[in-house]
Amino acid sequence: MTTLSQDEINRYARHIILPEVGPKGQEQLKESSVLLIGTGGLGAPMAMYLAAAGVGRIGLVDFDIVDESNLQRQIIHGTSTIGKSKLESAAARLKDINPHVKLDLYEEMLTSANAIELFEQYDVIADGTDNFPTRYLVNDACVLTGKPNVYGSIFRFEGQLSVFNHDDGPCYRCLYKEPPPPGLVPSCAEGGVLGVLPGVVGSMQATEVLKVLLGIGETAAGRLIMYDALKMKFRELKLRKDPNCSICGPNPTVTKLIDYQQFCGIPQQQEAAKEWTPIDEITVQELKQKRDAHEDFTLLDVREVHENDLVAIEGSQLVPLNTIGVAINDLDKTKHYVIHCKSGVRSAKAARQLVEAGFEHITNLKGGILAWAEEVDTSLPTY
Amino acid sequence: MPKVLIPTPLRPYVDNQDEVSIDKEGPISDVLASLISQYPSLQNHLYDGEGSLRGFINVYVNDEDIRYQDGEKTIVNANQDVSIVPSIAGGI
Repeated sequence: MTTLSQDEINRYARHIILPEVGPKGQEQLKESSVLLIGTGGLGAPMAMYLAAAGVGRIGLVDFDIVDESNLQRQIIHGTSTIGKSKLESAAARLKDINPHVKLDLYEEMLTSANAIELFEQYDVIADGTDNFPTRYLVNDACVLTGKPNVYGSIFRFEGQLSVFNHDDGPCYRCLYKEPPPPGLVPSCAEGGVLGVLPGVVGSMQATEVLKVLLGIGETAAGRLIMYDALKMKFRELKLRKDPNCSICGPNPTVTKLIDYQQFCGIPQQQEAAKEWTPIDEITVQELKQKRDAHEDFTLLDVREVHENDLVAIEGSQLVPLNTIGVAINDLDKTKHYVIHCKSGVRSAKAARQLVEAGFEHITNLKGGILAWAEEVDTSLPTY
Repeated sequence: MPKVLIPTPLRPYVDNQDEVSIDKEGPISDVLASLISQYPSLQNHLYDGEGSLRGFINVYVNDEDIRYQDGEKTIVNANQDVSIVPSIAGGI
């Protein structure tokens, strides 16, 4: 005799007639639980499919609010929920998809202080975050609590997927023993992402969560699946458990959660920044005055070509950040250059590179073209 | 010629190509050195200041991680693919 109600039998009919799921599997899903870290690009499709599939209890961790620029990919949110908390927005959508699912909402940041206690309450953890400190935190808390970590990550047109810490397989640290130094690998906010990419990768993560919960098929444990949306190609690489892994190896050196910001070099970067020579900066108002006074300087735009196509400050010269090493030879080290990008981060990097190369008069534009469009030339579009 | 498959984050440093054919067989260290001689700005992304491959970059010959073969001495043959696989963190 099944514990599913008639409503549930009707709702899950297409699952129930699958021999691999059946009424028993559907009951199993109803009894199981998953914790999703983040309700963004990856978390949105995961949460929606897992709710639709009838996973009994879904925990969501997020403390962000819905922004217009999220809607290009975070399909759980909508125009009507801009400005609301992501949890509130996601919960409304999930309840509409499937009122049988119990939702646990955690409007807080996942930290070393709360991760273990949270993870212990769930069968599977799915990682949909966007930064290295949280990736390592999720991995370590999964290893310490013995929970599978369904992992996905994305950049531009490329996605990676695996299931870590499952079936005696490797963990994330076996694959990458340390994070990149801050600033070397761009985030999606800086590098962009095709909106549907997290939809594909997040849906694959949802698939893996269901397989782990049901104990069917072969999961991606021990494999790294790489998806290239531009070429529509999948590749897979073998992952092995690292016998020297600092957390899941036989002689672990990490036996409790640590400070992941520090592990990822974030405080060190700030300290290092203090030792650097300060870069001269001006505001957009000051730039306007210099232009109005016809001062002798060249405005360099270090954004990408397609960003320059979208909007540019008149008279600027385009030198994308990754070509600046070459451009150094073509520029005059004695002349005055004012550097700008979208918001001032990349231009500060470029300015530093030029100063270190011996340029005598380099100025960074604070706030970038966004500030210019907001305060000086309001006819320009922002992005 | 072995092919080196370039991941998205490193494509800006190789003229936006997604793969580069290398006119050299032998140990992976030689293949990567040949790649870097064509695209010098890769050096800092692949190796740290002490000349070791960075911990967030893995290198595979076909689908096998060189760490579980002969490391940078792993031999690459003409018809094999070398994959450079850096960690990426994006998700939202």
